[in-house]
Amino acid sequence: MAGHATKQIDQATLWGGKGSPFSVSYGKLMMWFFLVSDALTFGGLLTAYGFHRHAYTGDWPSSEQVFTHFPFTHAHLPLLYVALMTFILIVSSVTMVLAVEAGHRMDKKGVVKWLGLTVVGGIIFLGSQAWEWSTFLAGPNGIFWEFGPDGDNATLWYNSFAPMRDATGALMYDEHGYVMLGAPGPQHYGMFFFFITGFHGFHVFSGVIINIIVLIQVIQGVYHKRGHYEMVEKAGLYWHFVDLVWVFVFTFFYLL
Amino acid sequence: MERDDIIEYSLDAHHSEEEGKKIRKKIWITTLILTVITIVEIFIGVKFPRTAVSENIWFGIKLFYIGLTIVKAGYIVMVFMHLGDERKWLRWVILAPYALFVLYLIFICLTEGVYVNWTLETFQ
Repeated sequence: MAGHATKQIDQATLWGGKGSPFSVSYGKLMMWFFLVSDALTFGGLLTAYGFHRHAYTGDWPSSEQVFTHFPFTHAHLPLLYVALMTFILIVSSVTMVLAVEAGHRMDKKGVVKWLGLTVVGGIIFLGSQAWEWSTFLAGPNGIFWEFGPDGDNATLWYNSFAPMRDATGALMYDEHGYVMLGAPGPQHYGMFFFFITGFHGFHVFSGVIINIIVLIQVIQGVYHKRGHYEMVEKAGLYWHFVDLVWVFVFTFFYLL
Repeated sequence: MERDDIIEYSLDAHHSEEEGKKIRKKIWITTLILTVITIVEIFIGVKFPRTAVSENIWFGIKLFYIGLTIVKAGYIVMVFMHLGDERKWLRWVILAPYALFVLYLIFICLTEGVYVNWTLETFQ
């Protein structure tokens, strides 16, 4: 507690309780409050998705089988690409926390290295999401508007991920024992999918911008002169929050 | 700008080289845990999609997924965001109001969703 021991505070400036009960700086506390409000926004969106899913009377798309593509191959690989995106975001979160740790040791070189890697990870994630979206919208099986049993495209208005049923209303299975997808799914699915992953992607984008600005200031030595790297910690809180939201988006859109 | 009337809490977070080693070890262990949980989720997702298992098994898998997600979220918030190292009161001021609102929202929305579903099934 270096701050307490070295600084003499005159009685006029202290409030009745002496030190702050939270023992954090103003900026960090406000970042936490902002994150709580942002988490409520995401919580509201995901809960709205849950409402529509429970209220829908038809067949909801089987999430695990929705996205089956992987770059440079035409193989059928469900979930693998999304798993890769999740892993990229977790790793960039790790490099961020290592940057914060280096900042606590006043290790400028370490901060530059790890924060730089975090920015790279964020950009790779954004690129991955752009590829996922463009594959969804355009699809490897055809152009923008080609739908039907073989198409696997999704737009805001249309998707073909609902299970197929035969004339008697029974589910149709493929040779692996999985239900065949291809019937028109609910519009809500596409709307929520693109809105929530898009809103999250926008958060990643702004996080990358914030990280780049902080990185430039670290390189300029602004924080070293200030005596602490708390700005890295605050940008880190936001970055970890983005990772946190993705953990939930991943569960509710790709697993459940 | 130097102001000597403000307690600099920002400086409290500084630590030495040895402490840093311990913290880094904790970070890597957390990374391993998060990765393993994600791999388990993917494995179950690929092997047992919703349409390939019975309703009851799916309900169990669903709870399992949500449990793992909350474990992952806990590790991110407590270790990566350092909320576990903050004062007890800060922890509660962040977590309690959020939990209060979101748990109620989830409860009421899912309950209403189920009733809307019944209504549509009955009268549509």
